[in-house]
Amino acid sequence: MFSDEFLGDFNNLMFVVLPYLSFVVFLLMTIQRYRTQTFTYSSLSSQFLENKHHFWGMVPFHYGVLAIIVGHVVGFLIPGSVIAWNSQPLRLYILEISALVCGILTVVGFVNVIVRRFRSKKIMTVTTTADWILYAILLLQFLSGVYIAVFERWGSSWYASNAAPYLWSLLKLSPDTSFIVALPAMVKLHMVSAFALIALFPFTRLVHILVIPNPYFWRRTQVVRWVGPRRKRIGH
Amino acid sequence: MDVRSQISMVFHLDKCIGCHTCSIACKNIWTDRKGSEYMWWNNVETKPGTGFPTRWEDQETYRGGWLKDENGKLKLRAMDKKRTLFNMFHNPSQPSIDDYYEPWTYKYDELFNAPEGDDQPTARPISMITGDYMDIKAGPNWDDDLSGSPVYAENDPNLESLTPEQREQLFAIERMVMFYFPRICNHCLNPSCVASCPSGALYKRGEDGIVLVDQNRCRAWRACISACPYKKTYYNWHTGKSEKCILCFPRLETGQAPACFHSCVGRIRYLGVLLYDADKLEEVANLPQDQLIQGQRDMILNPHDPEVIAAARKSGVHDSVIESAQKSPVYKFVKEWGIALPPHIEYRTLPMLFYVPPLLPVMSTHTDGLTQNTSEKLFHSIDEARVPMEFLASIFGAGDQSFLRTGLRKQMAIRMYRRAITVGDIEMKVAEQMLAESGCSKDEADAIYKMTALCTFDDRFVIPPMHREEALEMLKEPHEHKQEAGFGFRTGPKRGL
Ligand code: HEM
Ligand code: SF4
Ligand code: SF4
Repeated sequence: MFSDEFLGDFNNLMFVVLPYLSFVVFLLMTIQRYRTQTFTYSSLSSQFLENKHHFWGMVPFHYGVLAIIVGHVVGFLIPGSVIAWNSQPLRLYILEISALVCGILTVVGFVNVIVRRFRSKKIMTVTTTADWILYAILLLQFLSGVYIAVFERWGSSWYASNAAPYLWSLLKLSPDTSFIVALPAMVKLHMVSAFALIALFPFTRLVHILVIPNPYFWRRTQVVRWVGPRRKRIGH
Repeated sequence: MDVRSQISMVFHLDKCIGCHTCSIACKNIWTDRKGSEYMWWNNVETKPGTGFPTRWEDQETYRGGWLKDENGKLKLRAMDKKRTLFNMFHNPSQPSIDDYYEPWTYKYDELFNAPEGDDQPTARPISMITGDYMDIKAGPNWDDDLSGSPVYAENDPNLESLTPEQREQLFAIERMVMFYFPRICNHCLNPSCVASCPSGALYKRGEDGIVLVDQNRCRAWRACISACPYKKTYYNWHTGKSEKCILCFPRLETGQAPACFHSCVGRIRYLGVLLYDADKLEEVANLPQDQLIQGQRDMILNPHDPEVIAAARKSGVHDSVIESAQKSPVYKFVKEWGIALPPHIEYRTLPMLFYVPPLLPVMSTHTDGLTQNTSEKLFHSIDEARVPMEFLASIFGAGDQSFLRTGLRKQMAIRMYRRAITVGDIEMKVAEQMLAESGCSKDEADAIYKMTALCTFDDRFVIPPMHREEALEMLKEPHEHKQEAGFGFRTGPKRGL
């Protein structure tokens, strides 16, 4: 249907230009937003306005999506071990099924998140256009992910053998799309929407992921701030 | 000894007339912004009553404050650090808007635009969140003056300390009794709100002990909302940030009393510095429940003691602050006279707002009580008070009546003593005997009388110089700072996307 030349250009645009562009936008804009508008960094919780349906959306969605992200990161960092693990069918099934379960958890949770927004007028008043765009892309991301898990087997293996080296090539600044040109269209869609998410990240509520608390787990219980000579002494 | 200064407060409950002027003063200054309409950093409750938010004292539900675990270690009742991690996404004990109320206004233009007709036009209530017409179901002081007692007053968590007969008596129509309970943030010494914040956004100011939320660091994890047992941190649903009483620090820094103090019609409010020993903090917060009141009192240091003064100087407390502490009315009420008590000290946050518990209802039980001339009988009437001692002790004594009794006896004796002077229907001899029995000298009685009945503005509010400007000079060249800073945010506090 399309000429090879066109497909080549298209691939370059989506899998070379887009990822770099997204990454640059992500980096510059999150820093810029943090520096000039720290106040806007918030999870913007809506639990206060609606507390009954809240649990059934937020909890499965976050646990699911965090597990999936960890899976992607592991596959990216140690692809060899993932392939070795998958060499035995039983282990492959365990991995694939747990990934699918997490995916379904994410989708179910996220559908709840969206339905909750529609059902409560109070929450609709704190929903912005940026939220709707984000939710549309996230939904696309999650649905395409689950579709791949079900129909394009075995995702964990080819992620490690094809996607990981492609991502590494991006990271090493010598992009090589040969690893992924042959992957199914749904997988490509999943990748393109991921890059779009990264680009949109600094303009949405997703920035809350960057400010997850950490000193909390080792700081002293109480926080005291001094302006005078004893300033910045923490703890009682 | 690590001496620190803390701006502390006393509310004299016998003097509160429940006018809510304090609440309105606060609202007009701080919480009339979008998202904060429902907040009442200062609110006035009727007791017995369920308060604001509804049944806030019920820690089985809200899980505020501290608990001692099996090993006797203090931990937050709501969540320890590990549980916080797993409950980031959904806080299991967070109150929602239904526990407060949906803020509303009225559609006033309907008054002007209504077509001519037989009926008076009305302005219908609309929600300040959605803008829709709404039926008002609750408000911030829906149970004011015992209205709706069967729904509100009878569900006061403190009533659990009473026997069924006592409860029945409390609500018998001709004996109905109530008092007002104005509440702001207690600017606690061991604040559970601060301890709970995963982002470290809440902090206590080292120099004056005011507890604040850093708006730029708050990320809406909402831990403080459930952790404060007094429910004095509020969630702004619009900005996605927590907010709380700031003790009007911009006013304090310019030598003015906080708005609620300044406007108080009953002149029930006192403000001044207390010096305390921060080294004792952990030990005191860990004491057995019946020793908490004494422990907190012992932690508060005598600002006249040369040793304390020397230690305070060494810890960096400014001379002018020490001087201010020596004049502090709060020190007198809490330490010297021992008639002001912390609310719900069993939550172990060591609140630094103290209450002089109400005596008024005691007197009105016996119409002939005033002419009784043996002091024993008069003290007796404390127990026959219409507000049962157990009820007051549940709020002001962690269930223990001893401090409450000492304080109320003293107040009663002073009242008799003044009556002997001004009306003369009580023999001075009897009054003096009562004073002696309550452990109060005549001088002290005069001082307490003066501080409660004849106090001037300057008696009530002894505001220490805050020295923020000097502190700043140490950090930065003032002219440079001046160019960089304005009031508050240089960009508006805009809600995130
Ligand atoms: C450790 C990491 C994370 C933490 C601590 C966290 C925490 C939170 C919190 C507290 C909320 C507010 C929930 C409420 O309304 O009360 C929230 C909302 C949200 N989070 Fe996360 N999150 C994390 C990671 C993520 C990730 C990885 C994603 C997606 C890729 C994500 C997407 C969202 C979305 C879309 C919402 C809005 C849900 C809604 O209210 O409609 N979060 N998150
Ligand atoms: S009263 Fe609540 S909000 Fe105020 S300092 Fe104490 S724990 Fe924190
Ligand atoms: S202004 Fe004073 S007297 Fe009036 S309700 Fe408030 S605390 Fe009580």
